[in-house]
Amino acid sequence: MRSHKLRKRVDMAASLLAVGCVLVALIPLVSILVEVIRNGAPMLSWEFITDRTTSGVGNAILGSLQIVMYAAFIGLPVGILTGIYISEFGNNRMGSTIRFFNDVMANFPSIVVGLLVYAMLIVYLGMTYSIIVASVALSIIMIPIVANTTEESLKMVPNSLREGALALGVPRWRTVLKVVLSNGRSGVITGALLAVARVAGETAPLILTTMFSYFWTVSPNEPSAALPTLIFNYAMGYSSLTVDEAMRHAWGAALVLIMLVLSLNVSVRLLSMRRFKKNHKGARRWRTRLSLKA
Amino acid sequence: MKCGDANMNERGTEERGSLQKTRSGLSLATVRKTLGRSGDRLFVYLVGLVALSTLMLVWLLVAFMISDSIESIEEFGFGYLTGRTWEEQKGVYGALPFIFGTLLTSAIAVAIGVPVSIGIAIYLSELAPAWIREPLSFVIELLAAIPSVIYGLWAMGALRPLLVNSVEPWLVKWFGWTPFFEGTPQGLDKLAAGLILAIMIIPTVASVSKEALRAVPDSQREAALSLGATRYETTRMAVLTYARSGIFGACILGLGRAFGETMAVTMTIGNSNAISWSLIDPGQTMASLIANRWGEAEGLQRASLIEIGVILFVIALLVNVFARLMLGRVLKSVHTTGGGL
Amino acid sequence: MENKIVTEGLNAYFGDVHAVKGVDLAIPANSITAIIGPSGCGKSTLIRCMNRMHEVVKDARVEGRVVIDGEDIYAPGSDAVEIRRKVGMVFQKPNPFPTMSIYDNVVAGLRLNGERDWKRLDAAVERSLKLAALWEEVKGQLDASGVSISGGQQQRLCIARALAVEPEVLLLDEPCSALDPIATAKIEDLLFDLKNNFTIVIVTHNMQQAARISDFTAFMYLGELVEFGITKDLFENPKEELTEKYITGRFG
Repeated sequence: MRSHKLRKRVDMAASLLAVGCVLVALIPLVSILVEVIRNGAPMLSWEFITDRTTSGVGNAILGSLQIVMYAAFIGLPVGILTGIYISEFGNNRMGSTIRFFNDVMANFPSIVVGLLVYAMLIVYLGMTYSIIVASVALSIIMIPIVANTTEESLKMVPNSLREGALALGVPRWRTVLKVVLSNGRSGVITGALLAVARVAGETAPLILTTMFSYFWTVSPNEPSAALPTLIFNYAMGYSSLTVDEAMRHAWGAALVLIMLVLSLNVSVRLLSMRRFKKNHKGARRWRTRLSLKA
Repeated sequence: MKCGDANMNERGTEERGSLQKTRSGLSLATVRKTLGRSGDRLFVYLVGLVALSTLMLVWLLVAFMISDSIESIEEFGFGYLTGRTWEEQKGVYGALPFIFGTLLTSAIAVAIGVPVSIGIAIYLSELAPAWIREPLSFVIELLAAIPSVIYGLWAMGALRPLLVNSVEPWLVKWFGWTPFFEGTPQGLDKLAAGLILAIMIIPTVASVSKEALRAVPDSQREAALSLGATRYETTRMAVLTYARSGIFGACILGLGRAFGETMAVTMTIGNSNAISWSLIDPGQTMASLIANRWGEAEGLQRASLIEIGVILFVIALLVNVFARLMLGRVLKSVHTTGGGL
Repeated sequence: MENKIVTEGLNAYFGDVHAVKGVDLAIPANSITAIIGPSGCGKSTLIRCMNRMHEVVKDARVEGRVVIDGEDIYAPGSDAVEIRRKVGMVFQKPNPFPTMSIYDNVVAGLRLNGERDWKRLDAAVERSLKLAALWEEVKGQLDASGVSISGGQQQRLCIARALAVEPEVLLLDEPCSALDPIATAKIEDLLFDLKNNFTIVIVTHNMQQAARISDFTAFMYLGELVEFGITKDLFENPKEELTEKYITGRFG
């Protein structure tokens, strides 16, 4: 017979082990943040974020902003519409197929997406390595993310609202756009911003679709630098800078990138934690508005 | 009322404006109803078309990708999968070293990352006091928000000295007699890549596993507790077994992430095309090869790289579909977007 | 008759909700005690305090004493795990472990103590399943999953699982509420047979059931113990007006 004391000890040990696992995961997180700040902070200056090549990473910041902006232009509307379809009209075989492959695509290696876009736009359509090609690649990564979060937040909109609007003779499409979407909008916006934060740090597809540039790029049809590709190139020594200088630039760029990505990610998620309560208030507001109409 | 519903339907939406102006003989309700109905259909078709188009687009792109790699497929056939050389001068390319590297690094990642993730999931779902659960999940998920290129940079700057100076000499000293730890520590090798991958899969595996554990009904926990089980015994016999297929799905998802991860691996694996079992030798994965060689590759080599991409696509598809099916049965609503948000 | 379980000034809370209010109750050994009352009156919470299952719920806490065999189970040194071995529990919904066979379900509690001897495990399975009046129905399919049998059989399997660890007290929390009348009758017969060797406390919302099987009955209302007494007396001659109203169905 196993003694009672032994069982207690095993229980204790298992709990400690689980706590240990949490700590093991937190160590790299803290270390990454500390290292990036420690190595990157000395680089930060006005010059660093506005100049190019030897004195700064300004052109990469501009490039990143452009790529992400164009990607959002393409990816967000498509993603949101897809989410609307799955949530509101997806109760059939086509809906579940789309949902399934959306989930599958959400976990696809981003380098494969880069290759897919390269194969189509650069090889077949003869486009050059450019901002716009990179944007298409990033938008394909965004779509499933945005679609999923849109679907989730629209599903949180209570059915009574839909029924209420439909019962008043409001057509389905107006119900979806005006009632459902406007009630779920904080969730949709959250998802959209998270997707933006996610693709802003993507590197692999950019390597295959924009190459790199030491110059300012303003035309979407030209190759461009971007923060992630700059970090990669400089860290791997593919640059015209000395090894030391390149490494310091890479850390500085990493700090800029991590500030952009994490501040967006964290603030959006903190705000969305209060989303549920808000949604309820919104639901009540709509119900009153509808009943006033009736 | 002379104008029947059928007639109205035929007129369709383009007459909307004029119909609303001419109120003669038509009740407003009928107009609204009819417009609403055809508007509805149009709307559903439009939204459905957009939703479907991304799906179709991806498959279309796959066709393009395959046709771009046709040069390599014709040249090497199935031998490509078993070819061990990748030499530009000879124009001979084979994928085996990279398939090997991908499998080996992913195996390290799963061997280290999965137990840690399950420990985290158990802590978050079963043990942690209520007030700490949400903030802690939040922090763990931050790991998923950090761009992979920054993981790579961190590994080069912070992890590498640690590996070269303490971990790897220790491994060589005690396990140098096994084939896995032969050689000189360099810090840029399969072990480094595997460790980085282990860290990177933690947020995915931990948060999906946590959802799987949360989905276990409390009645199962009560059943075990009421038999006099300790917390640990309850978790083991009632919770983990109940959630096992969900946890398995989570692990497969993590494996899928490890297979496809590119930048952090490219920056840490040392980029060597040789096949070696030693974890402290440099290596190459499929994804890192593409990232490394893309800039200089032309013609047949580029076609071969794209073929690697096709193989990666097929593997990612299989792995993710499998993981989805495993998860789908347990967790209807779990999305794993962006590594576990 | 000696008292097996005695509660003294027992209060139980869920967060701010005061679910059990100052209950003093003495449950005699080797008998069936029924706890009746309208939904939400705290009767389930009360018995969950008797094997320290109440505290596993989030934000739940207990004040007062629960004395079993002269020992306060909420005393600082006492161990919930040991208490739960002595005080078994069967829940409202049958909850066999779905990944385990019928056999493994029954011996789950014994295995926790490291019991590895096959002969003893086999004997325990047969004994417990016979006690739970399930042996004849499942003896040919002990390797089948615990959830492959009917709802009534699953509940009896849960009873067998609780009995296998040889507890002294068996707490049942509305064990028949999810079952049909035939399965209910089987479980009632079984409880009647078990009372010679166990102290049984059963929560039920079904007054006829309480009247049929129990020796003592406690009536609870809004977290308070209104009346406790011999079942026959309580049903035929209630002392409190509230009890009378409830058992005659003229409730408010």
